[in-house]
Amino acid sequence: MATGANIAPALAFLEEIEARSGQPVSLCYQCKKCAGGCPMSFAMQPYNCDLLKMIKYGEKEAVLGSNTIWLCIGCRTCGARCPNGIDISKINDVLREMALASGKKAGEPRTAAFHQSFLATVEQFGRSYEAGTIGLFKLKTASFTQDLALGLKFVAKNKLKLLPDRIKRAGEIKRIFRKAREAVI
Amino acid sequence: MKLTYYPGCSLHSTAAGYDDSTCFVCRTLGVELAELNDWNCCGASCAHATNHFLAVALPMRNLILAEQAGHDVMAPCAACYNTLKTADHAVRGRDGQAMTINADLEEIMGAKYGATIQVRHPLEVLGSWEMLREISAKVVRPLMGLRLVTYYGCLLTRPKNVVAFDNPERPTTMDKILTALGAEVKSWSYKTDCCGGALALSQTAAVATLVAKLVTEAERAGAQAIVSACPLCQVNLDTRQNQIARPMPIFYFTELMGVAFGADASGRWLQKHIIDPAPVLAALAKGE
Ligand code: SF4
Ligand code: SF4
Repeated sequence: MATGANIAPALAFLEEIEARSGQPVSLCYQCKKCAGGCPMSFAMQPYNCDLLKMIKYGEKEAVLGSNTIWLCIGCRTCGARCPNGIDISKINDVLREMALASGKKAGEPRTAAFHQSFLATVEQFGRSYEAGTIGLFKLKTASFTQDLALGLKFVAKNKLKLLPDRIKRAGEIKRIFRKAREAVI
Repeated sequence: MKLTYYPGCSLHSTAAGYDDSTCFVCRTLGVELAELNDWNCCGASCAHATNHFLAVALPMRNLILAEQAGHDVMAPCAACYNTLKTADHAVRGRDGQAMTINADLEEIMGAKYGATIQVRHPLEVLGSWEMLREISAKVVRPLMGLRLVTYYGCLLTRPKNVVAFDNPERPTTMDKILTALGAEVKSWSYKTDCCGGALALSQTAAVATLVAKLVTEAERAGAQAIVSACPLCQVNLDTRQNQIARPMPIFYFTELMGVAFGADASGRWLQKHIIDPAPVLAALAKGE
């Protein structure tokens, strides 16, 4: 007899996320307090609570390709309000790491480009370097005129350092970054 | 009191006024600060957003250096405070990944973090009852008549089991400090709503919407200015009010402490603001 739809529980993705984030996704009962409090709900597609549903369904590709994980600011309002102690920001941290490791285009390439530009300056100098971050970010996203007027105001008010701060033991930071690359699963 | 000072990258660039005013206020109140030698960037939201190893290892290197210096470490940036505190908490809780990273750092630096010091934010240091008494005693120019709302943002008070110095959604430490300076602190519901600072460059339009909401609500609460304790919030709120008809100045709480203490340098700090706070303070000078 044909069994109709071949439905099997898709636990592998769920278990991986729970293990890596330390968050009990399985406990989510969709009360949606997290989405109600999330400042970025208005732009997220899907909402943060729906992302958890998709994780339970094993929809790995849709989850990793969503813009939700890149629009999450990490404000932890969801974690403070969830009756089941689920901090979605920690789940999104893991999902972004997986999305980058997959090599596919990020759901919000601009956010990914910004994070990477910032970290590139930290790897180089040991401290972040705003002018460098902005330069790299503009190269990656080809957005040369965005915030130009604001940037000039910053320079006029001496708010933007035009030369980087460099730490003495910068070699230690380079080794930390090397280890970090090895540690990515 | 002696503390190790971790300024973080922002206080060395966009938030120089926060740096200066924090140091001034601490000096005035007898809190001795010594800057952490050879500190590195904590990785901010960019590390935890993309790489767990960096999110723990970058702050942990600073904790190791601070532990060697022997005092509690104070970080005025809410993002730095949060990442340092999170790494410290992970080591205290014997988190498996944190232990591995700690061992890796021992290999790289020749020392590991033993969690024998505390990570503190200036609000926590300056908000104790003893300090509040000292603060009132130092006021030479009370902020009488100045109507403010306090804005803590997201990273200072959450997650509540990690940072735990004030209520995660209705904190009051900054309110007490500003009240001690003589200001009128208005009540509002947006103290810990996120301003989106971490995504200000990459999601500019969405972030402008968050900022507009905060400023509109502050105005509705009857405030003349918003007071912040984070360089990412302050810069974001100070620069993204383009949707607002009457932009509102954004102070650091330490700047207002400096003003009330009669700091000569306060003019220099305030000149760095994009939205000029002088008109709000001018009314104060005239006793209006
Ligand atoms: S608040 Fe918690 S239980 Fe409710 S929908 Fe969100 S994650 Fe699920
Ligand atoms: S941490 Fe992310 S998902 Fe949670 S409320 Fe904040 S922005 Fe929304």
